[in-house]
Amino acid sequence: MDFSFTDEQSMLRDTVASYLADHYDFDTRRTAIKSASGWRPEVWKAFAEELGILGAAFPEDLGGLGGGPIDNMVVMEEFGKALVVEPYLGTVVIGGGFLKHAAPAGAEEIIGKIIAGEVTIAFAYAEPQGRYNLANLVTTARKDGAGYILNGHKAVVIGAPWATHLIVTARTGGGQRDAGGVSVFLVDKTAGGVVTRDYPTVDGRRASEVFFENVSVPAEALIGAEGDALPLIEQVVDEAIAATCAEACGVLRRLHEGTLEYTKQRKQFGQPIASFQVLQHRMVDMFIQLEQAISMTYMAHIKLGEPAAERAKSLSAAKVQIGRACKFVGQNAIQLHGGMGMTDEMAIGHYFKRATLIEGEFGSVDHHLRRYETLSLDAAA
Amino acid sequence: MDLDFSPQDAAFRAEARAFIAENYPQALRDKQRDEEALSREDFLSWHRILAKKGWSAPSWPKEWGGTGWTPTQKYIWSEEQARADTISVLPFGVNMLAPVVYTFGTHEQKERFLPGIRDGLVWWCQGYSEPGAGSDLASLKTKAERITADDGKEYYIVNGQKTWTTLAQHADWGFFLVRTDANAKPQAGISFLLIDMKSPGITVRPLITLEGGHEVNDVFLDNVKVPVENRIHHENQGWTCAKALLLHERSGIAGVARSKRGLERLRQVARTQLADDAGPLLSDPFFKRKVAELEIDLTALEYTELRTLAGESSGKGPGPESSILKIKGTEIQQRLTDLALEAAGHYGAPYLRGVPHNLGAIGPDEAHGVAGAYFNTRKTSIYGGSNEIQRNIIAKAVLGL
Repeated sequence: MDFSFTDEQSMLRDTVASYLADHYDFDTRRTAIKSASGWRPEVWKAFAEELGILGAAFPEDLGGLGGGPIDNMVVMEEFGKALVVEPYLGTVVIGGGFLKHAAPAGAEEIIGKIIAGEVTIAFAYAEPQGRYNLANLVTTARKDGAGYILNGHKAVVIGAPWATHLIVTARTGGGQRDAGGVSVFLVDKTAGGVVTRDYPTVDGRRASEVFFENVSVPAEALIGAEGDALPLIEQVVDEAIAATCAEACGVLRRLHEGTLEYTKQRKQFGQPIASFQVLQHRMVDMFIQLEQAISMTYMAHIKLGEPAAERAKSLSAAKVQIGRACKFVGQNAIQLHGGMGMTDEMAIGHYFKRATLIEGEFGSVDHHLRRYETLSLDAAA
Repeated sequence: MDLDFSPQDAAFRAEARAFIAENYPQALRDKQRDEEALSREDFLSWHRILAKKGWSAPSWPKEWGGTGWTPTQKYIWSEEQARADTISVLPFGVNMLAPVVYTFGTHEQKERFLPGIRDGLVWWCQGYSEPGAGSDLASLKTKAERITADDGKEYYIVNGQKTWTTLAQHADWGFFLVRTDANAKPQAGISFLLIDMKSPGITVRPLITLEGGHEVNDVFLDNVKVPVENRIHHENQGWTCAKALLLHERSGIAGVARSKRGLERLRQVARTQLADDAGPLLSDPFFKRKVAELEIDLTALEYTELRTLAGESSGKGPGPESSILKIKGTEIQQRLTDLALEAAGHYGAPYLRGVPHNLGAIGPDEAHGVAGAYFNTRKTSIYGGSNEIQRNIIAKAVLGL
């Protein structure tokens, strides 16, 4: 049993942390997310060239550094601490995940461009009617000669305004919620008929409604087996959940630390408010939530390599724990900051907003409780 | 013990409902629907319509414009307003300052200030909290020194800073707690002053809250000259006024009728939104259970408030028990916004303030603003004395601990 990080992973953490300390302070971030584009392409370039972290989780034969999920975990936790908005999750974890697992023709070239910072990817999977059910799809991909024609509407595609490419889930067959008939495509965002409506999100990122209007894609756009991609999607989404849990750990650490610091210096009734037992106990409960979130995040990453049912159950368990921790720690961080916690000027509120959205990302607490329960019953049967 | 509505009550409900239907401004309703920021005139428009009808200050003594309604009628009135989604009459003048003026003010002060409050002609803001005095309000430092000016009249010269002053950007006047005796015990050296917000030396600075709105402000006072006759009650006895005001603030804070309406809306949304299995979210056992639990909590709060109201009508003023209403009322408001955000699913994420409508809607209408409402509603367990302070009050004043 070993919960320690390799030297390479520790170095990766230090590299990311020190870059973010120098280039990603709260005010710089705030200016960037309010700018017209909402992100900093130069930061992305630095991730690729100066830090070389975009290849950390790719195998060496694809030009990466030979790491894996734990490297993603390290990067995402540091990103959580600084509230990084740049699209590492969509590009490296999700985009890279699909390309690594399915290895479609041309994957090596795209992965090379991901590592070089030239390709950014957004994951267009959610649909207005689908909630968190990955198979609930009405977007269609109709066979057209060797290629496909895509039609449909994808909802709240995080990072789409910054993406060069989209990974799109669509039906090549089956009914709206069938497990069969689901396929995945890599679509160049400049393809004719891709229409986007861009907007900010409440936690300072950018997203789009993406409409596919008779978008013609070549046969090579298909990732994985036609009509049989749901297991692949579930695997990559589980990896995305693990990475999001890691990000949450970074966010929760900052919420907790920030609250400790604030309550130690804020004085009322002639003493620091941290001296009041009722607040001490609250901060202890926040700490317990944080520690358990970290434990479950480790567990989630360790289980990513297990068979699908075991993996899925573990990832749902982790997401439930993280969702609850985000709510409890987030709400109490604001409460213990009092009015100051309500201001846009203080960082704490921005961590709270990110924590709040993480609760629902890739499935709410209820969604994952239900998935966990179903998988447990299946295992017992 | 009964909760029956008399025929008179039923008639009153019909009257109230018809009055709102016939008189609530359509322009205001449109703005609320589109979540547009309300202007000063918007905020006051409904208040002024009610004032003409004589209904803007139901709880006041009749001689100053109160309606003389029974607790049941007040309850009906708040239900009907919530049912019709009207905006609320701003509480600062009618519910917070006015009871202080009619309880502690001189006859001249009552004549000078109450009509403007009742008729919605003067906008009041509250100068209580300071950067260093939040939960520990009595430690406030804003100083008022009494001088005799060249005109032979007496004034206070006020210096200091107030914060979290809600809607001060629109205010004509403010009621302020200031320190008039630096040597007395904290509570004993405070006075209650009414200050014209146009006085030289007052600066209002916006504070933007985490959901992006501008509700609250810093108010800086730099040698602001205030006539002594603007003081309510005796010098150094402002704490008595402050406490009385906070009790009134707390009892109004439960917001039962609005929360009931919020729960109705939540059910509506959960009937339209689909769960993962494609049935309505409201038939999802996990979600349904949370809505039911919330409703039961709200019922418990409602009956607790009714008991409090019944006590008030038999002559007891609002007591420290009103802290229960504040704690439970605000927790319920927060859970409502939490569930509304959960119901919105992916469409809770878009931030649509300032995003043009004309390019087509993003997500269902009922999802708009739900995240902002959730973020903003965190304030309710902080303001008006944080819920931790309310528990201290109950522990000391009710349980005698």
